[in-house]
Amino acid sequence: MSATPVLALRGVSKRFGAVQALTDVELEVHAGEVVALVGDNGAGKSTLVKTIAGVHPIDEGNIEWEGKGVQINKPHDAQALGIATVYQDLALCDNIDVVGNLYLGRELRRRGVLDEVEMERRSRDLLDTLSIRIPSVRIPVASLSGGQRQVVAIARSMLGEPKLVILDEPTAALGVEQTAQVLDLVERLRERGHAVILISHNMADVKAVADKVAVLRLGRNNGVFEVKSTSQEEIISAITGATDNAVTRRAARTNGEIKK
Amino acid sequence: MSTEKTSTPAEDHVVENPEAAAAAVTVVDPRLLVREQGLKGYWNEFKRKMKAGDLGSIPVVAGLLIIWAIFTSLNSNFLTAGNFSNMSVAMVGTGMIAVGIVFVLLLGEIDLSVGSVSGVAGAAFAVMSVTHGMNEVLAMVLAILTGTAAGAIHGFVFARIGVPAFAVTLAGLLFWQGFMLQILGDDGTINLDSEGIVVKLTSYYFTDIAAAYGLAIVATVVYFLSAFFDSRRREAAGVPSRPLNEIIVRTVLLAVLAFAAAIVFNEHRGLPLALVIFLGFLVLTDFVLRRTSYGRKVFALGGSVEASRRAGINVVAVRISVFAIAGTFAAIGGLFVASNIASANQGAGTGEFLMNVIAAAVIGGTSLFGGRGRTWDALLGVMVIISITYGLALEGIASPVQYMITGGVLLATVVIDAVTRKTQKTAGRA
Repeated sequence: MSATPVLALRGVSKRFGAVQALTDVELEVHAGEVVALVGDNGAGKSTLVKTIAGVHPIDEGNIEWEGKGVQINKPHDAQALGIATVYQDLALCDNIDVVGNLYLGRELRRRGVLDEVEMERRSRDLLDTLSIRIPSVRIPVASLSGGQRQVVAIARSMLGEPKLVILDEPTAALGVEQTAQVLDLVERLRERGHAVILISHNMADVKAVADKVAVLRLGRNNGVFEVKSTSQEEIISAITGATDNAVTRRAARTNGEIKK
Repeated sequence: MSTEKTSTPAEDHVVENPEAAAAAVTVVDPRLLVREQGLKGYWNEFKRKMKAGDLGSIPVVAGLLIIWAIFTSLNSNFLTAGNFSNMSVAMVGTGMIAVGIVFVLLLGEIDLSVGSVSGVAGAAFAVMSVTHGMNEVLAMVLAILTGTAAGAIHGFVFARIGVPAFAVTLAGLLFWQGFMLQILGDDGTINLDSEGIVVKLTSYYFTDIAAAYGLAIVATVVYFLSAFFDSRRREAAGVPSRPLNEIIVRTVLLAVLAFAAAIVFNEHRGLPLALVIFLGFLVLTDFVLRRTSYGRKVFALGGSVEASRRAGINVVAVRISVFAIAGTFAAIGGLFVASNIASANQGAGTGEFLMNVIAAAVIGGTSLFGGRGRTWDALLGVMVIISITYGLALEGIASPVQYMITGGVLLATVVIDAVTRKTQKTAGRA
């Protein structure tokens, strides 16, 4: 693992009117590393992801990309750096077919004209290598199931060979097999040297694929943990903000022991 | 009702044949409906599309044939070469503006100002060329650019400032109508030079019969070759391609239509210049919308603005450009309207004209909900409208009835649009 993180956030803050969504948030992601970003609803996970992706510019703080300070003011800036984002609310156009959605915003052209043939061929190759099964690459995305849309959205993020892939709750709407496929995909990304930020509520997924867990609570950092040496309860207590709460009490009752 | 879970044949297939399922990844998903070979395949595909609400141009083509049949039975003069030739020239003004409206509708927006902007273009041209004696070509270009600028202003206020397009263009409707009356001055009507370029736009006919047949041949050959080479390239790349027999069937259909039209035109005064220009713009805009990344962006915005923004599309720029295109086509259409009556007058682009333009785009099959439509819809829609106008005029039926009938047709169309959308949703295609 290289010493310089691919992406580092230093003291990032973001306000929406009267709401302080993020306060002095720090985050580091290295190449070949999967960092899980966890936190309760409203902790600021999605806002943080959107600042990195350029949807909301940050108010204060610095963003460092491979050691150098950068400005990310619009999605295009993030794309140009090599950041690909897969959002929770799927960012696909229902009226356009799978190929069109995969290449939306970065269409292949041949003599100035859309190269549909090459885009279709590469789309099929990409979906095949990722073992993604959809009925046809030429049907509108509207006809796909929720899980199929999710894998298309992830596949879409892979097209630009990004250095950093951000997955916002990628398994939330998926079936058992598709969840496994997505987790496989995440591991494949790590093996290929991509940095990955994974937002998830599902501790099993986090434990399965993440190297580090960064916890957000009420818009602030609340600890970064090595997954291997940390128990699920410790992470959960960081999320909820207390070691003694409904979740740990329940765990204690059901397991008959308290991990502290 | 049984509580037992019933499994679909597709699931069984996957469960029972794991090897087949693995192989299917690289072949075709077993759930995908693949069209059978031969004519029966076409018929089944057609029936399936009907059920899924994928109607395409069928309702409007059927409607057009019914309208023609009714007017032919009422008056034998309707189905004559002369009438068709006149209709094909008269429709170009409305049709051009409808092309611009198709662009705006694809975004899921509306432009109410195009009627007034077309009036401004006609008046501006008349004032510059007739009153001030400016060179006609220069005046024409400036008049068209006036439309572009007006559209760009509407687009800017809509996209950058965030005023709903409906309100912006409603303000534009009033403003540009006032502007037109202002520049026309007290006379109210300026007659155009009957030998000038603009009047020639609708009065010139290629009298040589070779012109109409030549255009039909060129259209057919170009269509066949582009479809053929596209199919060959797809085959070489190993992606599904259109079979040769389907290309031939489509080409023959196009050839029949093109030559039938050519025969009709040659029977009257020859191929009208106005129609050639209109078809040229239709081919161009269709190409831009379907084959360029700009067109893809327009469709994407009509599908999901948020998804487009996240894909890095400059939403503001695309929106402004689309309104500028609508303004440009409004101005071009305005010149054709002025050409038709060889003058610019105070009534240009007012009254029911705007409604006819929007109706033409919608009747042709462009969805009011955005993201679905083609510029060819403008041609089909305007043919319906002009047929009703001419048919009723031949019968000597006054305009009140004409408005009611056009209104009825428009209502029927938007009902079809809404129902289609609903059916497509349940069939998972919208």
